[in-house]
Amino acid sequence: MTRFNAWNVIKNGLNGQSGWSRQWRDPEPKSNYDVIIVGGGLHGLATAFYLAKNHNIKNVAVLEKGWIGGGNAGRNTTIVRSNYMMPGNHEFYEHSLKLWENLSHELNYNVMFSQRAHVSLFHSPGARDSAARRYNVMRLHGTDAELWDLKTLKKKIPHLNYDDSRFPILGAAVQRRAGNARHDAVAWGYARAADSLGVDILQNCEVTGITRKNGSIESIQTSRGTIKGKKVGFAVAGNTSVLWQMAELGNLPIESHKLQAFVTESIKPLLDQVVVYGVGGAHFYISQSDKGSMVFGGDLDWYKSYAQRGNLPIVQDSAEAAMAILPCLGRIRLLRHWAGVMDMTMDGSFFICKTPISNLYLNAGWNYGGFKASPASGWYFADLIANENPHNYVHNHNLERFEKGINIDERGAGPDPKLHG
Amino acid sequence: MIRINCPYCGERDHSEFSYGGDASIKYPSLEASAKEWTEAIFFRKNIRGFQLETWHHSNGCRMWLEVERSTLTHEIKSVRPCHPDLQKVVENNK
Repeated sequence: MTRFNAWNVIKNGLNGQSGWSRQWRDPEPKSNYDVIIVGGGLHGLATAFYLAKNHNIKNVAVLEKGWIGGGNAGRNTTIVRSNYMMPGNHEFYEHSLKLWENLSHELNYNVMFSQRAHVSLFHSPGARDSAARRYNVMRLHGTDAELWDLKTLKKKIPHLNYDDSRFPILGAAVQRRAGNARHDAVAWGYARAADSLGVDILQNCEVTGITRKNGSIESIQTSRGTIKGKKVGFAVAGNTSVLWQMAELGNLPIESHKLQAFVTESIKPLLDQVVVYGVGGAHFYISQSDKGSMVFGGDLDWYKSYAQRGNLPIVQDSAEAAMAILPCLGRIRLLRHWAGVMDMTMDGSFFICKTPISNLYLNAGWNYGGFKASPASGWYFADLIANENPHNYVHNHNLERFEKGINIDERGAGPDPKLHG
Repeated sequence: MIRINCPYCGERDHSEFSYGGDASIKYPSLEASAKEWTEAIFFRKNIRGFQLETWHHSNGCRMWLEVERSTLTHEIKSVRPCHPDLQKVVENNK
């Protein structure tokens, strides 16, 4: 693998770009691995990378049923932030943000992480108090957070709709270190870096069966043959329940819901931040990609679904929200919209934990927040697989927390997965 | 758009309805163990394929319906009232 550096860029600029090698190999599956990670999304690839890098476990396979970057890795709005409040969550997401800050160097791949600020608008004194509380908690834990009053906000983002009398903007809760990254680059960067450490990335390799023996997983049947692994990790958010039941493990505190996102045609620079707008239970977030497209998303489709296509009422809802907050977008045209399948959990928080099977580990339940979590998710999942002992940050992110009554419910919405937006 | 054939109102867009959830859940008795209650409240089969679910015709007749729908294709096989006797009660009280 040729490294990306100034010297190689200049050299290949002069020789017709002929000196670059493949980004990652396309190996045949071996019959035995130390660790098999099912799911070649961002979390699976990151896990494989940190297993090799932090724990020196290099005989690792990542099984992906399609191609890497083709699932939820490519179906998100690429927002990275760490404005979480609950113990466990805020440390975890803050560590993730710190990993993001150095990710391009770490992977030798430009993930185009842009810390452009995450601006969450509030529209009532109650919402301001709630934001102040959350952002104070963040500051107490060493995360950057600030409140912008109306004057500051108007100076920073002059073209928001400040004349809405139904939902007047009072100000915003802001995390300046938050921002966006390029989702494909993250998948390719992790794949390339993991591959160069010896990890086998097996694409078009769908798991079709799981053989258990004496309380552990003996082998995994795939569309490319049977593969044995000493340890197995599931990182297939969206389809976790399907795989879980393939391993005959029963039910999970997860429902699969779909979430839509939208991309418009490219326009000149309009929005320098990620703006979040939430009133009356609605939810809307928008940013401008480096190509100039407006990228935005809204609520779930409100009913359980595994279909990767969205419904029209939510298209309308999101368009209405866009018009409510940025009326200048009125004549912009949508280029694409898509839906990704989310693991929505019963309390809105994720799982990185052991399972009833001794050599099986679970990484699942990322709700709306999988993209930003990818680096830390890989980091702590690899740590759990290598050391068998969940790190302090994730030791409550297990399947037993519901029976113990220690749900990690950021939103306080109760046991209804569709409400944890 | 999913079209749901409400037994009281006829076929309508799903935007008239609110999604309830899994209709196959059986709640245990009040004396049941914490484990059983945890299972009923927090754990789901999360079927990929046809499942029984509840929808509320919240912008219509406000009746709860039991719908058999595929979570993969959104195709609906059957719709019936959650409480079939309710219509009789309403008619008898007219």
